[in-house]
Amino acid sequence: MSTDVSVIHTERKDQIHRKGEGDFDLSCNRDSLAGAVSQRACVFCGSRVVLYPIADALHLVHGPIGCAAYTWDIRGALSSGPELHRMSFSTDLQERDVIFGGEEKLHKALDELIDRHAPKAAFVYSTCIVGIIGDDIETVCASVAEKKGIPVVPVQSEGFKGNKRAGYHAACKAMFRLMGTGDTSGIPILGINILGDFNLAGEMWIIKDYFRRMGIETVACITGDGRVDDLRRAHGASLNVVQCSGATMDLADMMKKSFGVPHLRVSYFGVEDMAESLYSVAHFFQDKDPGIMDRTRALVKEELSRLYPVLQEFRKALTGKKAAIYVGGAFKAFSLVRAFRLLGMQVVLVGSQTGTDEDYRELYEITDEGTIIVDDSNPLELTSFLKEKDVDVFVGGVKERPIAYKLGVGFCDHNHERKEPLEGFIGMANFAREVHSSVKSPVWRFVPRRNGRV
Amino acid sequence: MLLRHTSKEIVNRKALTINPAKTCQPIGAMYAALGIHGCLPHSHGSQGCCAYHRSTLTRHYKEPVMAATSSFTEGASVFGGQANLVQAIDNIFTIYDPEVIAVHTTCLSETIGDDIPQIAGKAQADGKIPAGKYVIHANTPSYTGSHVTGFASMTRAMVDYFARSSGQRSDRINIIPGYVEPSDMEEIRRIAVEMGVRIILFPDTSNVLNRPQTGRYEMFPKGGVTVEELMSTGDSRTTLALGRLASGSAARALDTRCKVPCEILDLPIGLNATDAFVDALRKAAAVSVPDTITTERGRMLDIITDMHQYFYGKKVALTGDPDQLVSLSEFLVSIDMQPIHIVTGTPGKKFETRIREITGEVPHRVNIGAPGDMFLFHQWIKNDPVDLLMGNSYVKYIARDEDIPFVRFGFPITDRIGHSYFPTVGYRGGMRLLEKILDALLDRKDRDSPEESFELVM
Ligand code: SF4
Ligand code: SF4
Repeated sequence: MSTDVSVIHTERKDQIHRKGEGDFDLSCNRDSLAGAVSQRACVFCGSRVVLYPIADALHLVHGPIGCAAYTWDIRGALSSGPELHRMSFSTDLQERDVIFGGEEKLHKALDELIDRHAPKAAFVYSTCIVGIIGDDIETVCASVAEKKGIPVVPVQSEGFKGNKRAGYHAACKAMFRLMGTGDTSGIPILGINILGDFNLAGEMWIIKDYFRRMGIETVACITGDGRVDDLRRAHGASLNVVQCSGATMDLADMMKKSFGVPHLRVSYFGVEDMAESLYSVAHFFQDKDPGIMDRTRALVKEELSRLYPVLQEFRKALTGKKAAIYVGGAFKAFSLVRAFRLLGMQVVLVGSQTGTDEDYRELYEITDEGTIIVDDSNPLELTSFLKEKDVDVFVGGVKERPIAYKLGVGFCDHNHERKEPLEGFIGMANFAREVHSSVKSPVWRFVPRRNGRV
Repeated sequence: MLLRHTSKEIVNRKALTINPAKTCQPIGAMYAALGIHGCLPHSHGSQGCCAYHRSTLTRHYKEPVMAATSSFTEGASVFGGQANLVQAIDNIFTIYDPEVIAVHTTCLSETIGDDIPQIAGKAQADGKIPAGKYVIHANTPSYTGSHVTGFASMTRAMVDYFARSSGQRSDRINIIPGYVEPSDMEEIRRIAVEMGVRIILFPDTSNVLNRPQTGRYEMFPKGGVTVEELMSTGDSRTTLALGRLASGSAARALDTRCKVPCEILDLPIGLNATDAFVDALRKAAAVSVPDTITTERGRMLDIITDMHQYFYGKKVALTGDPDQLVSLSEFLVSIDMQPIHIVTGTPGKKFETRIREITGEVPHRVNIGAPGDMFLFHQWIKNDPVDLLMGNSYVKYIARDEDIPFVRFGFPITDRIGHSYFPTVGYRGGMRLLEKILDALLDRKDRDSPEESFELVM
């Protein structure tokens, strides 16, 4: 069966590549076609996702109600302490605010919320409409900050100014305003910041614990289980360990430029990537603490000896099965491709909403002949690829899940809605279990695709 | 304690909504538009809104939800979205080939002031709309109203764009089901069929958002009211509009445009409201109520009488949309329960008056928030505890923190199934609601009863 070409618009042809067919030159980072059923989100969404896990900050959405309603605790970013972040605060702009401006309302809302909840800082998100009516958020924030004595930080996240990636950048700029304002005394030499993990299903805690066992202290968790005071002194850390999601890379760059904090790009997903990440951090601190390599080796060995028997079982069952990947950022795709390989599976489709040229080249390098690589896809395309490649499991987000299920294809959520930690060594076992439970589920015997009724 | 930051002390708030009990207009418009067969909803604004609406609908229905967006960028936000929309219309008809594109605006395009009919006219003039295909629209800025008014506006647009009178009255009856689940729409149709009444139901999301697993993904599933049916609504004998807020506007428009008289009823949730619906249908179509329906009614009544002692005096806090809350409160009061905290995010004076009437006899102070939010709702509950909570999935936080039995009802329900398949309207829907309420109350009783009063037979 070949792809029904009619579902692919000519203008999208250069955003799709089949490895082995011609030179690789994928067009990306393009605005979605008007009229597209795009799976992409907006700047605000990007900012909200990054900043939201900071649990003792107030997150106020300045805009009409929807933007706040849709982002009310939809992502399970856990906190070990305060949970102010799980509340949804909105100025709920009304017609008269749109006409006369919403500054006064914003001011009042901040006053009231700060008095009642005594947050350590406040983030104020602008939405599209605020960008249009021209509220001077910056000034309002400055005056409230002065009055209340806490940082009140505007986030320039008007949705129309780009895609999610622009939102990550706005979030980084907002966080950066806090840095350098806290006391750094007492931070050990072996002190790091963990960037780019959001503590979904408690993943940050797993990673933090690995570092602890290596003898490293975490200064700031950015942003999973994050705290404002930690962010304020984060510049005192010796190293930024950045999960290369793109989400917090900009922040690492800013910190390097202003405070000289170097950074390492890592990934906690998959066995190789996880081990590699710990070793690279150990390597960084080797001069300061010669014992760290041994401790890290011991840690990896211990974890692996627990993990491998489990993985072997799953591998036996999954070898030869086919996987498709469509995720928000391309970084995740790299790790997923490697993880599937470890499970003996074949990746036949890989794509993302917001990958860069560099990302796609790397994907091209690590995938097999015939793999489809796609940027900013839509449901029709994805469906036709899934069918063509007779996929066993699809990894995606909320909008992809029902498509897979309708086709009778297994699914694994690697996005906001993951229920089990997928990072770390333990995460790999969870991932394997999840893939296994979906791929090998007997329910697929009932679906028409498998019993020959389609 | 997920909502530990909710304080007991209530202060008057004007500038701010905390934990909303509503969402924005476009999602309602999108939902309504999905109830037209072969329709692709289109969000005229930046792509974020559209992604959120689709995700939220998908979480609630566990179904793929298709909608296109004008993908505004900075340029469009400054110069207006005409070029985007014209191009979008062209692309959509070329790639996805729907019968209808239902455009709704967003806060952004409204603030810029885009004129959709004018832009659609341009697309028409430029030949971008193929013959026999349609572009309709509704204005849905979210700085007024809520998802309910968005639904109402798109439903009304179906009348404005399609209804026409041929001069020949048909024997059909229009039913506008209101902002209810696909399962409810299906049930309303079933009742009409059972009574031998020919109807046009619009919008109709059954078989769109509660599809069977077929191994196929269809962009345009087989459900939905057809354009042809919508056109002939102008010839129908009468219109029954269920839910004043969600359906009233479309019904009145049919009356004005095509002289189809209308009757606006409460959503048929509960015994009395279903009686009223069945009776209106009987009169409008000049049919008699068949035994099958009478039997269903009798069964529902049987549950109520059998179990009435468990309802007695139970205090309930409910949150949701106005049309639902009116019928639900009436139902609860009618079975001797006491709705004492009632919150909707959708503003409305009439609603408040109506609820006051309904709860007039409740021997307890009744709090009504319209508009209110879930923070206030929670505060009321803290100050004056209840025996049962009813509302969407977000209410589960309150249920857990306060340890109160909880029945899911409304939108969105993101953590349970059932609402897509089993109705809460009609007598059978009423039976299901009763079962849910009783399960919640009796499970709690079982959990909390001391050994000597833990009973096998209840
Ligand atoms: S901008 Fe308006 S339409 Fe878009 S999500 Fe926010 S409230 Fe809804
Ligand atoms: S209005 Fe703008 S910021 Fe809000 S959801 Fe829509 S695109 Fe995003």
